[in-house]
Amino acid sequence: MNISNVATAPSREMDFARRVFDLGENSLRELNQALHNLGPGSNETSWEVLNPKGSHSVAVGVDQPVAIDVRGSVGYYCGGMNAGGAITVHGSVGPGVGENMMSGSIVVKGDASQYAGATGRGGLLVIEGNASSRCGISMKGINIVVRGNIGHMSAFMAQSGNLVVLGDAGDALGDSIYEARLFVRGKVKSLGADCIKKEMRPEHIAILQDLLDRAGIKDAKPEEFTRYGSARTLYNFNIDNADAY
Amino acid sequence: MTYHNPPTTPRKSATFDEYAMSEIRRAAATGIYDIRGSGAKRKVPHFDDLLFLGASISRYPLEGYRERCDTSVVLGSRHAKKPIELKIPITIAGMSFGSLSGPAKEALGRGATIAGTSTTTGDGGMTEEERGHSKQLVYQYLPSRYGMNPRDLRRADAIEIVVGQGAKPGGGGMLLGQKISDRVAEMRTLPKGIDQRSACRHPDWTGPDDLEIKILEIREITDWEKPIYVKVGGARPYYDTALAVKAGADVVVLDGMQGGTAATQEVFIEHVGQPTLACIRPAVKALQDLGMHRKVQLIVSGGIRNGADVAKALALGADAVSIGTAALIALGDNDPHWEDEYQKLGTTAGAYDDWHEGKDPAGITTQDPELMKRVDPVVAGRRLANYLKVMTLEAQTIARACGKNHLHNLEPEDLCALSIEAAAMAGVPLAGTNWVPGQGGF
Repeated sequence: MNISNVATAPSREMDFARRVFDLGENSLRELNQALHNLGPGSNETSWEVLNPKGSHSVAVGVDQPVAIDVRGSVGYYCGGMNAGGAITVHGSVGPGVGENMMSGSIVVKGDASQYAGATGRGGLLVIEGNASSRCGISMKGINIVVRGNIGHMSAFMAQSGNLVVLGDAGDALGDSIYEARLFVRGKVKSLGADCIKKEMRPEHIAILQDLLDRAGIKDAKPEEFTRYGSARTLYNFNIDNADAY
Repeated sequence: MTYHNPPTTPRKSATFDEYAMSEIRRAAATGIYDIRGSGAKRKVPHFDDLLFLGASISRYPLEGYRERCDTSVVLGSRHAKKPIELKIPITIAGMSFGSLSGPAKEALGRGATIAGTSTTTGDGGMTEEERGHSKQLVYQYLPSRYGMNPRDLRRADAIEIVVGQGAKPGGGGMLLGQKISDRVAEMRTLPKGIDQRSACRHPDWTGPDDLEIKILEIREITDWEKPIYVKVGGARPYYDTALAVKAGADVVVLDGMQGGTAATQEVFIEHVGQPTLACIRPAVKALQDLGMHRKVQLIVSGGIRNGADVAKALALGADAVSIGTAALIALGDNDPHWEDEYQKLGTTAGAYDDWHEGKDPAGITTQDPELMKRVDPVVAGRRLANYLKVMTLEAQTIARACGKNHLHNLEPEDLCALSIEAAAMAGVPLAGTNWVPGQGGF
């Protein structure tokens, strides 16, 4: 395995602890194993991954508070089950970015494919471009901020957490949603079963402002958003609701 | 002699039998389909329709209690750094905390560990009772991802990606609100008391090509240590097995329609999926066609009750079997001891299947604190261990009679069938003939 402390990498600020990992030279397995080998208190807190070239499962299962910059676009499940890592993808991501994330953050500078943040339980996922369909599907506590638009069936069966969309949402937003909060600044093409528009109360303004701040977004105000959530009419099965399914 | 006009004997319809008519009346009265636990109750061709031939002049048997008949099995040797090694080829199937009580899950872990086998989590996450008392624990990775987290993924001894189950291939699940206690709700990240839907599809992959990538992700997260199982319901066993192997599975778990569920529509349980007996040979054929038989292990479940069933499943090509309903019965489910209480629920011991309602008199399929006290995890665990040991002894008895020094040496040639249907499904001759229906052009 060839992982070096390359403090002189071009166009990067000097960082003594920064480790550069080139996926053009070393394998995905070596990258993830090296990340998993980090123990609590490791001083290898800053990583850079070069030449991902669409690789799947880049930086999955990270469980230490390390910063990882991925220089390029990745395939499926980048940052899957992240627990504490601060991952930035300087490109676009394939399906399932940050799936089942526990904590930490993932920032995508480009666009995201399907299932972004699926089943995520915590942490912050920021997508600076657009996200495709089923963004935040079955989310369980994660916070997701999308600067662009999101596709159809987003927040399907979303259980908890917050989904913030500065652009528009596609069809069937929040279908069969539970207790997650959805904030959309643009248009919603249609709402899914049991998802309704809700009043924006002061506590929601505060939540939204905090998320916008943490996502580094300064050109949007909470008051510009509409909140959506569950009507809670499908929480207990009732045959008279069968037409809603 | 005087002739009278004899009355017409009342004749009940074979089509509109008592059960069919009672269901029509029940549906008309309630407006909802019947939901229940357990697996298919209708009679389908099963292991009882097969017989072992035993040894005679053409082959000699092994001495009972003297000559060794091994029962061990290694699961996950294809890719995993740490495959699972079991003393017996009978594992405990996935059953969720939520559908089962904490003491019941603990008892399953205790019993399996004494017997030298593994137990499996379910749709609801991993509990401390179960992890702490299970030497080898398989962690299910389900569409709902309730309770899923990387710590438990790494604490598991194997990971089972659940695509489907025999009671409801293509279906999800619903844990009704009455079983959602504070603890169950917390593990599932949902409010207490509301129905919890378990999705039928995984949220972040569809199809075999995606599954391959998903398996890669789980392997990467767990540093390629854990065996990855893929569980499918008995729908299209040849193709499902082949695709699971193609996607990279170490083990395929194949669950026939007699396999149980915590709660599903009666119409789904009884009318979707294939009998366990019909699933095994196509799955084995898929493994053989790919050159992966015995390299990717096959676990068969759905209606396994005794050592004869174990031996027959293995003779047809399985590497191990898995039990769920039978394990619950060993713990005390449907025991006549609770008959008075079953009667109060409008049923009888042996027929109780409203597991989703959380009123189980035996304290197994419930979250009621008073009812679950009826399960002593130590005693119930011992009962399960006893049962597993008896099944193993029974299977060994049959294997020795067939001259086999390992259960895995049993083979289809050791079997014949009692019915044409079973002969066709199992791919063995009808008893007294050399006819295997469906082979040789007829």
